[in-house]
Amino acid sequence: MFQNIGEIIVLFWRTLQLLPLAWRQRRKVFDQLFEIGNGSLLMVCILALFIGGVVALQTGPPLAERGLSYILGGMVGLSMCKELAPVMLAILIAGRSGSAMSAEIGSMRVYEEIDALRTMNIDPVAYLVLPRMLAIAVALPALVLFAIPVGWLGGAVVSTVNHQIAVSFDVFFQDLREVVDMGDVLNGVFKSFVFALAIGIISCHQGLITRGGPRGIGRSVTKAVVNSIVCILILDYFLTRFLLYFQK
Amino acid sequence: MNPSLPPTPGIPVEERAPRWRRDTGSATQLPTPCVSVEVCDLHKSFYAQEVLKGINLKIAPGEIFAIMGPSGSGKSVLLKHIIGLLQPDSGDVLIQGDSIASPGIRDKYRMAMVFQSAALLTSLNVAENVGIYLAEHRLCPPAEIARIVTAQLEAVGLKGVEDRMPNELSGGMQKRVAIARALIIDPQLILFDEPTSELDPLMAVLVGGEILKLKSLTQATSIVVTHDRDLAFGIADRVAMIIAGEILFVGTPDEFQRHPDPRIHNFVDAHLPAPRSSSKSTDSNTSNL
Repeated sequence: MFQNIGEIIVLFWRTLQLLPLAWRQRRKVFDQLFEIGNGSLLMVCILALFIGGVVALQTGPPLAERGLSYILGGMVGLSMCKELAPVMLAILIAGRSGSAMSAEIGSMRVYEEIDALRTMNIDPVAYLVLPRMLAIAVALPALVLFAIPVGWLGGAVVSTVNHQIAVSFDVFFQDLREVVDMGDVLNGVFKSFVFALAIGIISCHQGLITRGGPRGIGRSVTKAVVNSIVCILILDYFLTRFLLYFQK
Repeated sequence: MNPSLPPTPGIPVEERAPRWRRDTGSATQLPTPCVSVEVCDLHKSFYAQEVLKGINLKIAPGEIFAIMGPSGSGKSVLLKHIIGLLQPDSGDVLIQGDSIASPGIRDKYRMAMVFQSAALLTSLNVAENVGIYLAEHRLCPPAEIARIVTAQLEAVGLKGVEDRMPNELSGGMQKRVAIARALIIDPQLILFDEPTSELDPLMAVLVGGEILKLKSLTQATSIVVTHDRDLAFGIADRVAMIIAGEILFVGTPDEFQRHPDPRIHNFVDAHLPAPRSSSKSTDSNTSNL
């Protein structure tokens, strides 16, 4: 485990060192952006809409019973942008794109494609890892920015339609505007950026250390997804503590 | 373009990529057209199994050197050490006197390898696979790369396959694409791992011819790992026999074939038993009736 952590840190450092080559890899970055961003858009939309709706559904009736239903907008708004959108989307992207990254790089490793790159003096980190890291670091925060208002909309629809809550759109969004500011949205976007780096580097590393045949690739994919999700949840706690300190 | 540069096989001089130093991007010609290879007391173990047991070899610049031996004797592992894909437990590989582990060695010398599995990048089409070296090191503009790629593919007997994906090609065609990809580097040292496996006899002859042509035109040093006795004896200046991780013999193909060691004899003379002739079987069938 400690060897893996060390290797991940070294790989991350090497990727940072190769950042000046990013413009040369722009075509691969755009390809990956399209794959991660555009390919996940519909799923993100559905996920965010229903997460917002469930939060409103779970918290709305108890608040309404206590005559506090007017704070529902702020509650859904804050939980969506600071916690639920970044974490849930990071988990979605770890499952969808992190697994794809580790499978693709892992299969290239097993079938000697990475060795072929090395014999041609092409750095596998610059060719494979850098474009994926850049793409996921841009795509996940962008998806979170898109998911936050969709989640708000889901919460607002449920609040309006559900007769136990019965909070109108106007009241919902008025409270949301009062409670949520741009700093809260940026809080979620920053978290998602860190999660993206974690997913990218863990998945690429798992791909690069893949051994064996198809079974090895399968094992790498599983490890990449599980390790990414665990890392996201651990990082979430520490990032929240860190960001709360700044908020004070 | 520097007119003194020797042409790449199959590609007219005016169409080939300039030999630019990729680290500086300047038009400096590389110091030597071909390189020597020296393997010094190379040991390698995987877990408890010792695969290479102190290999020593000296390969002269421009030489075609064949490495033969039974399966599992360590030929491919040795080849991967020579190109620097594997790190030895002890010993070293020297390319023109420089350790393969020394930093910047790949910037100093152009080296290429044709893998047994072809190792084409499955996410790229054939043209992108063959031109990847020129494109990634920005040695030519895209239009010129396309021209060079087409010419190089034609040189290995492939025409009109530029837009096809590797999984749409047969094993033999994939191998030829891999050879084209290696030759486009204009290598000073080229390593072939079973270059004629999965090829029909005619194509095997063509590949052998390509290796010879490479030597006559660019003086590149070639190391060929093969089971193909015809290929080894037909093109190699010298042949090495490796058995169980140890070099048993190094010499010319003639010396190899005349060597008294029974292990070499067995390898050279191994043939399937001759099939029974059809007339004989017909006779026996008739007699049974």
